[in-house]
Amino acid sequence: MQEVVLDLEFIIGHYNYWLFVILMMTGLYITVSRGNLIKKVVGLNLFQTSVFMLYISMGKIEGGTAPILTGDPNTVYSNPLPHVLILTAIVVGIATTALALALVVRIGEEFGSIEEDELIEIEHELDFAEESAEASPVPGQGDANKGEPGGK
Amino acid sequence: MMTGISLAAIVNVLLFTFLVMTAIAIVRVRHLFAVAMLSGVFSLLSAGLFVALDAVDVAFTEAAVGAGISTVLMLGTMALTVTREKTTKRSPVLPVFVCVVTGAALVYSTLDMPAFGTAQAPIHEHVAPDYIARTPDDIGVPNIVTGILASYRGYDTLGETTVIFTAAVAVILLLGSFSRKKQKRTDKE
Repeated sequence: MQEVVLDLEFIIGHYNYWLFVILMMTGLYITVSRGNLIKKVVGLNLFQTSVFMLYISMGKIEGGTAPILTGDPNTVYSNPLPHVLILTAIVVGIATTALALALVVRIGEEFGSIEEDELIEIEHELDFAEESAEASPVPGQGDANKGEPGGK
Repeated sequence: MMTGISLAAIVNVLLFTFLVMTAIAIVRVRHLFAVAMLSGVFSLLSAGLFVALDAVDVAFTEAAVGAGISTVLMLGTMALTVTREKTTKRSPVLPVFVCVVTGAALVYSTLDMPAFGTAQAPIHEHVAPDYIARTPDDIGVPNIVTGILASYRGYDTLGETTVIFTAAVAVILLLGSFSRKKQKRTDKE
């Protein structure tokens, strides 16, 4: 790695990237620390949008204009390639968000909760019930447990 | 020129300040309706930032998809599940530690990157000038992004369409009437 000098010019040239890293980490924090599944999806969206901003900022040229042909041969255009990549990424992102939210709805219907802590508890209970059912096979107990968590 | 650069910098910093405030609000607010609205605000602000960074196509896609459709999806999910987040008893120390370490690694990796806005950066040296030079003759639309998206990188767009189709099929299988009916029947039995 080449020698990095932390002077004012370097900071002005790089603060954009650091700001996006801060936003990305906020998104990651929401995803990791919050128990509510909808909020986790929001955190993931935040992270994703910050990555988009990082990519777009790489394509920017100082003094450039949006990549739409002006007819003037001296025009400097910003790089259109990151824009194309991110257009695709936005649409793929909404597809994954829709899928994640559909899964959240199904989890909510099946277990009556979309909080991670409660879901882990329910999972433990189910495991425990399964084990005890295997240890002493009581007729009908397996069916009762299967229907229990939904409750509706 | 100098005033132009500093004006753009001011706009960037201002938009960024709003973005960070919105993100912190999303962390703190427990009412999910407010969270959905704030995430829409976040998308709209990022669309503003995209305009400042010359990416107008990305900006209006983000405004339509990020601020529009995903907010609607979240509101729909909330209508089917809950509207309030419960407090967790878990300690925030480990997540904060993970985020700080990851963030530090990412910042370290940006030190090697070319400065923001330089025209000599590697990203501007390879295919991009070629696309810009050839679009008027090859495709004939003034918007270079459209030209690349629909023609030069048309296969990427086809792949994207496949992803959307797969996601749509998965959502229909998860929430569609077929699986619901089956569910009800097993409940009756």
